[in-house]
Amino acid sequence: MAVTVNVSHLKVAARGEGGMPIPIIRDVSFSIKKGEVLALIGESGSGKSTIALSLMGYTRPGLEVVGGRIQVGDQDVLALKSDELRALRGKTVAYVAQSAAASFNPVVRIMDQVIETAVTTQMCTRAVAEAKAIGLFKSLALPNPETLGHRYPHEVSGGQLQRLMAAMALMADPALVIFDEPTTALDVTTQIEVLRAFKAAVKERGVTAVYVSHDLAVVAQIADQIVVLQHGEVREAGQRDQILHEPDADYTQSLMQAAQPEKRVRPSPAKALGTMAPILQIKGMKAGYGKARDGSLQKTVLDNIDLTIEPGRALGIIGESGSGKSTLARVIAGMLPPAAGQVCFHGEVLPPSLRARSRDQLRRIQIVFQNADTAINPAQTVGEVLARPLQFYYGLKGQALTKRVNELLDLIRMPSSSADRLCRKMSGGQKQRVNLARALAAKPDLILCDEVTSALDSVVAAAILDLMAELRHELNLTYVFISHDISAVRAVCDDIMVLYAGTQVEAGQSQAFKSAPYHPYTDLLISSVPQLRRGWLEEARPGSSGAQAQPEDGLCRFLPRCSLKIPGLCDTMPAPRHALSDGRNILCHLDEPSLRAAQLETV
Amino acid sequence: MRKSYSLDAEALPQDGLAVAERAWKSLSISGRVGLVLVIFWLFIAVFGAFLSPYSPSAFVADDVFLPMSATHWLGSDYLGRDTLSRVLSGTRYTVGLAFFGALLASATGTFLALYAAVSQGVLDEVISRLMDTLISIPSKIFALVLVAVFGASLPLLLLTAAIIYLPGSYRIARALAVNLNSMDYVEVARVRGERKLYIVFHEILPNMLNPMMADFGLRFVFVVLLLSGMSFLGLGVQPPAADLGSLVRENMSGLQDIAPAILAPAIAIATLTIGVNLLIDALPQSGNGKGGH
Repeated sequence: MAVTVNVSHLKVAARGEGGMPIPIIRDVSFSIKKGEVLALIGESGSGKSTIALSLMGYTRPGLEVVGGRIQVGDQDVLALKSDELRALRGKTVAYVAQSAAASFNPVVRIMDQVIETAVTTQMCTRAVAEAKAIGLFKSLALPNPETLGHRYPHEVSGGQLQRLMAAMALMADPALVIFDEPTTALDVTTQIEVLRAFKAAVKERGVTAVYVSHDLAVVAQIADQIVVLQHGEVREAGQRDQILHEPDADYTQSLMQAAQPEKRVRPSPAKALGTMAPILQIKGMKAGYGKARDGSLQKTVLDNIDLTIEPGRALGIIGESGSGKSTLARVIAGMLPPAAGQVCFHGEVLPPSLRARSRDQLRRIQIVFQNADTAINPAQTVGEVLARPLQFYYGLKGQALTKRVNELLDLIRMPSSSADRLCRKMSGGQKQRVNLARALAAKPDLILCDEVTSALDSVVAAAILDLMAELRHELNLTYVFISHDISAVRAVCDDIMVLYAGTQVEAGQSQAFKSAPYHPYTDLLISSVPQLRRGWLEEARPGSSGAQAQPEDGLCRFLPRCSLKIPGLCDTMPAPRHALSDGRNILCHLDEPSLRAAQLETV
Repeated sequence: MRKSYSLDAEALPQDGLAVAERAWKSLSISGRVGLVLVIFWLFIAVFGAFLSPYSPSAFVADDVFLPMSATHWLGSDYLGRDTLSRVLSGTRYTVGLAFFGALLASATGTFLALYAAVSQGVLDEVISRLMDTLISIPSKIFALVLVAVFGASLPLLLLTAAIIYLPGSYRIARALAVNLNSMDYVEVARVRGERKLYIVFHEILPNMLNPMMADFGLRFVFVVLLLSGMSFLGLGVQPPAADLGSLVRENMSGLQDIAPAILAPAIAIATLTIGVNLLIDALPQSGNGKGGH
């Protein structure tokens, strides 16, 4: 049973201070034909989730629908009473939330949660429901569908949990499924599998779906129709190909541009390699957490890391979550003393721990954290945040301090009046600018940027990347840029290092990362980044993802997921590090010609 | 990500009256009732002595347990003193002792908690176990023992209340501080090379003030009840001075006559504690001010 969804002149408002309604959604209309997938796309705050939730007759606390009609099938959703709404939700309209990890009850087995609605509403017996759930697990390409239901949510990976959540939504054969940013929190390699599973399940069952996302490339794979939202208004709506190929609205074009960072102007490459003394040098570094009795690490996060950065260059470090990228930044900053190896800065060995470093050593290396919401004290004003490093490192006071704060605000393209504003009242992009400016205030030699753009919308993130590139030229900064997004890294960095499970699998200059051969893992990362064209999802190579049994010590860590492994060699001998002809070095048994042959044939 | 649509609040005039008006409007009805009650009792505690029609210890009425009248608004007590004057002065004792007792407990508890949370390790362990020891002593018995040993005096009552309610305050503050201590901005301050005291007072404390204020209000109510109970047992404020609890006790014999002399202080205790509770419940509970939406 598929239905047509019809939303006309929907208006949602928030109750503001003093009872004045603040419009959140202003007059949005669209309709979805049977079995079609409609994508709602926009930045955070554009109202896309609010619209999606209103399709279930739900608004977040503090919001209310002030006008319009929502028709799902023959039901007028906004006119339903609360018990009728309860019948609608889960049965006719189902919802897949962004964070599956937060939506599952950790102490109840997966099967019990998946079939709960079906059993409690007495739609069918337990046995029938379980059989149906197993069928759904199969069609969502979940491993071990027969036994998966006996596990607890923490025993499966994030990507699997997201698909289980879709299974839960599809249990009642809903007419309409709402996917609310279901892959945003996943690694690209996992995202590709989840997207495939969703697309297949939606096609197979002929359900109508609403897919909420901020990522145009993801939407291009799955949607039939696209609605572009900004500030609660429709900027553009139409068929997928029309939006992708001939976007009308300026806003859609800026979204498209932001989605393709490599098309933007690259900063001119810094001075030639090898001409200057390195600013930072790390050799044979090992780090991790927990000390066992014999002094070894309980959990090794980074093993045998070598890196060298020359002044004025930007090094990008990429890898999936859990690869040890952030730990590397923490070791350089002195927050985590390494278990072996040294950090050399300007030729001298830095003390391993924060306490032993001098104030000047601390000043010269600044770290910018990923999440500006937590990295900036919400109780302080922008001025206070920026002034503190100036007072602390340079002892500035009065006029000189105000002047320097204003200079910094100018650097991050913010008006000097914003110095008096509280940080918690700033937008995400503004906070990230302040976060960056605080690091700049110390006039450091080296800035460590830990996923600085991953919590931001693509347009805002692109602006931050541009700003960082400009500042680098103005102030001759050296960056370490940590990210999971290989396209962002290729756009802003001179050198790239790829981490997998704490080992350095590939390193070299950024230009060399433009074409095959790659280390098999780098290849997987690059081919998993969604591309802005239809059909990409079908063409992309399937790669196995997620946490899998770790190989024995010393062997290639990527072994269980590698599609090019050589039985008898890779699983018995540690992989050697060897150089490619363009200067990169990789940690792999395969030589350059065979890697090139394997990777070119599929591209 | 949270969209800050409250930005336009910045544009409104920022004078005190407008701020007060907005604060009033943001309160629920029960919160407003609580606020009115709290302001009323604070006013009585501070200015009550000036409004008092008679001296609280003077025998001014013709008879004991008189009903309400034009000369004695709340009648007279068991010795023929003016009840209104007694309640006005009793409020000062009760509110004053409770306020400073709770303040002492909250301030000490918060400071110890912050220091423990930032220091971690052995120091945290030692302070926390000391507090656990204090928690394990039954509070009423502890108060009775202290009064029995040292005799009831105002400073002792204050100190007793503070010691009894210190560990609870410490526990809450430490839980908050440990969470805040792992925030990235504290980490940033540490990487900058900041000292412990700066981190405590500039990075952590401002973000836990709201919940600690709510906790302070709760402790205030507990201390009011503890002191009233002690006074009721005759171990609190000593005659001829009397707090609200002693007033209830000394006028016990008027209970059969339903004399205002016993009703008035009992109602005073009830409205004061309920008022504070209502106000606390209506306050935004979140430490970083995000709870407004």
